[in-house]
Amino acid sequence: MGVGIEVKNLNAWYGQTHTLRDINLTIPANSATALIGPSGCGKSTFVRCLNRMHETNPSARVEGMVKVGDIDIYNDAAPVEIRRRVGMVFQRPNPFPTMSIYDNVASGLKLNGFHNRKVLDEVVERSLKQAALWNEVKDDLKKKSGASLSGGQQQRLCIARALAVDPEVLLMDEPASALDPASTSKIEDLIFELKDEYSIVIVTHNMQQAARVAENTGFFLNGQLVEFAPTSTIFTKPHDKRTEDYITGRFG
Amino acid sequence: MSTNSQLRPNRANVLRRSASNHLVTAISVLGTLLVLVPLIAILVYLVYKGASSLNVAFFTHTPKPVGESGGGMANSIVGSSIILLLASLIGIPVGILGGVYLAEYGAGKTLGAGIRFVADVLNGVPSIVMGIAGYALIVVHQRHFSALAAGVTLAIMMVPTVTRTTEEMLMTVPHAIREAAYGLGVPRWRMILSISLRTAAPGIITGCMLAFARVAGETAPLLFTAFGSSFWPHNLNEPMAALPLQIFVYAMSPYDEWHRLAWAGSLVLITLIMVSVGLVRYVTSRGRLKGGH
Repeated sequence: MGVGIEVKNLNAWYGQTHTLRDINLTIPANSATALIGPSGCGKSTFVRCLNRMHETNPSARVEGMVKVGDIDIYNDAAPVEIRRRVGMVFQRPNPFPTMSIYDNVASGLKLNGFHNRKVLDEVVERSLKQAALWNEVKDDLKKKSGASLSGGQQQRLCIARALAVDPEVLLMDEPASALDPASTSKIEDLIFELKDEYSIVIVTHNMQQAARVAENTGFFLNGQLVEFAPTSTIFTKPHDKRTEDYITGRFG
Repeated sequence: MSTNSQLRPNRANVLRRSASNHLVTAISVLGTLLVLVPLIAILVYLVYKGASSLNVAFFTHTPKPVGESGGGMANSIVGSSIILLLASLIGIPVGILGGVYLAEYGAGKTLGAGIRFVADVLNGVPSIVMGIAGYALIVVHQRHFSALAAGVTLAIMMVPTVTRTTEEMLMTVPHAIREAAYGLGVPRWRMILSISLRTAAPGIITGCMLAFARVAGETAPLLFTAFGSSFWPHNLNEPMAALPLQIFVYAMSPYDEWHRLAWAGSLVLITLIMVSVGLVRYVTSRGRLKGGH
């Protein structure tokens, strides 16, 4: 089951650049939340703050509070612990090239010291089925490298890999932007399926995509959260002039 | 639209480009041949000169004293193998760890820059200087020549090559793959071991093989450390025979039979290096997946 996320006064920097300013936001559990905004507006940085990936960059700095469920992630837990609860799918598919399809999916568990074969088999099958990839790869699980799949399959493999560690939240940073329309629609169907069980936060440049999959949408501009509201409100009667200008294509 | 038509390819341009294309191809092929011809010539000449002296005794007997004919280089083959194994066991792990530090932890740090500089300088130090260093640091303290001193000296010579190739290869591992591991809650040390090193493994192995092949033929450092011996190796703490040393001794001698043995020894040394490199390549390339890297 997913958990909600509460963000209070979140600020983030890369070196001297202040990329996120005073973000306050509550993301509800078991639903999909889309984040939109022009390039460089801070939406990717924002999701990277939700699983403490931001700080893997040596020049990065974060201030403020993020609560995932009951856990204050910057005070109560180690980054590795948070990242297992808050899974992430990246813009470009990034399967481990040296690992088989099976090992890619099992990697989150195996690399954290979990080696029970029977359980791993079950988890791999369940995760690949959840990611709608099982039927396409079940015959080559241990024979083929994760990198041998097509781009769309690789991205679903990455989703399966993220699901295998049983996260509560799934962050997706433009998961379909490098994919063709058919693969994109598969990923969107997947988000639709998964959002009952996980809290999904999806960054996207594609506003139709946000409208299709997300209950709530947030609009970022210049490191600030301009507006956060139910998706239908954002796209039909936004409160802020800047949101309206953006979604009607006047800039960005 | 006169400006546009200038940008379009015209017949003369296409011909010139096709000609320069052929020219560059020809130069590349010529360059490759220039490198390969001497290499193959050396190998052929070694076989021609050395093969006739290879017999069972060569691989089973120790050298005979001056004046007696026959004898072999069995002790040198075993000695070389021991010394090289020792050098690899020390030099490769240290070198790889150094490379891991440089690529994963030492980026932008003064210590990292220092290590990188020292490694590059060490790489250019003449091997005879390394031999004297091994002599001064180990042999003098032990008060006798030893295989141990030889192994350590060769290991030190391997480290810079292994360190720098490991670093270079780790730097080519895409950032996206590291992020994927971090994103799964994998701790940094585990990410380095199971993701970075594993992805960079083919290149790192090549670096180790280069370092190995380089020190396998070294003679000067061994003169000051292993010293050479006419007997079977017993333990690491005594002078030991090695192929390059034995070749050196035989080649410098005035006897025709010893000259032939020196050729045979060279052939065996080259074969030993080629077989080890081939074996490592075979073992490490097994189990590679379809479509993998």
